[in-house]
Amino acid sequence: MYNAKYVIVGIIVFAVLFTTPFWFGAGSGAYKRPDVVLPKGETECVEPVEYMRAEHMQLLNTWRDEALRNERRVYVSSTGKKWEISLQNTCMKCHDNKADFCDKCHVSNSVYPYCWTCHVAPGGNK
Amino acid sequence: MNNGRRNFLKIAGISAFALGSGAAATLMGGAPAEAAGIGSYEESSRALHAKRWAMVIDTRKFRTKADFDKVIRACHTYHNVPDIPTEQDIKWMWTDTYDHVFTDDMNEQLPKKMLQDKYLLLCNHCTNPPCVRVCPTQATFKLENGIVAMDFHRCIGCRFCMAGCPYGARSFNYMDPRKYLSDPVPNPKYPTRMPGVVEKCSFCVERLAVGLQPACVEASGGAILFGDLNDPQSVVRKALAENYSIRRKPSLGTQPGVYYLV
Repeated sequence: MYNAKYVIVGIIVFAVLFTTPFWFGAGSGAYKRPDVVLPKGETECVEPVEYMRAEHMQLLNTWRDEALRNERRVYVSSTGKKWEISLQNTCMKCHDNKADFCDKCHVSNSVYPYCWTCHVAPGGNK
Repeated sequence: MNNGRRNFLKIAGISAFALGSGAAATLMGGAPAEAAGIGSYEESSRALHAKRWAMVIDTRKFRTKADFDKVIRACHTYHNVPDIPTEQDIKWMWTDTYDHVFTDDMNEQLPKKMLQDKYLLLCNHCTNPPCVRVCPTQATFKLENGIVAMDFHRCIGCRFCMAGCPYGARSFNYMDPRKYLSDPVPNPKYPTRMPGVVEKCSFCVERLAVGLQPACVEASGGAILFGDLNDPQSVVRKALAENYSIRRKPSLGTQPGVYYLV
C-alpha cells in the first residue's frame, strides 16, 4: 500500500471522529422517559394512551383538515364517545399545563412544534 | 465464468423483485389504516345549514359611530383581532365612505347624506372569489355553503390573495399580533394569528358550526341580517325582496355575498 502511514492514521482519526456521539453518550446512562404530568381527575383521553403517544400529531393534522375543510367538527372516538375538535378547547381543557405536559416530551425529544404561536396556551403555565 | 455471471444476474433480479414486492405489500397493507386515525368524523347536531350563506346590512340603521363600533368591537374581540395604531392594522370589519365603497356608481348627484355616510365593510364571501384562485397553497378555499374560509396553518404569507381581493378585505400580520392584544387574549377560546399570515372575516364559520349567528349579527340588534340566499323564506331573501339593495363592485363578476340596503 502506498502512503500506508498516512492512510491508516487517517482512517483511525475518521473512525474516532465519526463515533464521537457514542463516546459522549456512553457515560450518560440510558434514555430516561420524561415525567409527563397527566391531568388529575381525568380518566380517559380521546383515544388510548399508546395511540395518543405515538399518533397524536397525525390525529391533530386530520382533526384540522376535517374541521376546517370538511366542516366535520365532531370526532367520534374508537369507543364511540364524541369530542369537539379543538386543540385549545378540548385537548387543553384537560391538559391545562403546557409546560408539564407538552413541553416535557417535546423538549427531551428536540421537537419544537409551533402550535402556540397562534393557539392560546392555557393559563396553567403562568 | 460466463455461467457465473449469468447466475449472479438471475439471483440479483429475483431478489430485487422479491424485496420490491415485499415492500409494496407492506405499504399497501398495514400503514395507512393507522395513519388515518381510528375514529370517525361528523358534523355537530347543533350546526346551522345553508346552501349559500349571505349577509344583508341595513345601512339605514347605522347612524352614529357607536352603531358601527358596537359590531366591529364584537367581531374583533371574539376573534382576537388586534388594534395596531399604524397602517399595518388588522381589520375584519371596518368602515369607509361611499366613493371608496361603491366605486361602480358614478353618480355624483346622490343625496349628500348618502355620499358622506360611512358604510360597514367586511369580506364579501364572493361566489367567484379571486383570493381563492390565486392562493398557491389552498390556505384559503370555498366551502360548499358559500363561505370563503381560511386555514391559517397553511398560509405562507405570500399576499397574492391581498392583491387579488378587489375589496381590501384581507390584512397581513406584519408583527406578532399578541403584542397589541391584552394578556390573556380577549377571547381565550379562539386562537390568535402569527407574524407572516394573512387573515380576514370568516363569516363566523366556527359559530355557525355550533348553532350560533355570527358575532356582528348578534351584536347589531337587527341591523345586520344573515341567512340562506337560496332559501326564499330566509330573512335575507325577504329583506332583499322588500328593499332596494346594492353590492360592492358588481361589474367585476365576483358575486359578493354581502348586500347593502340603502
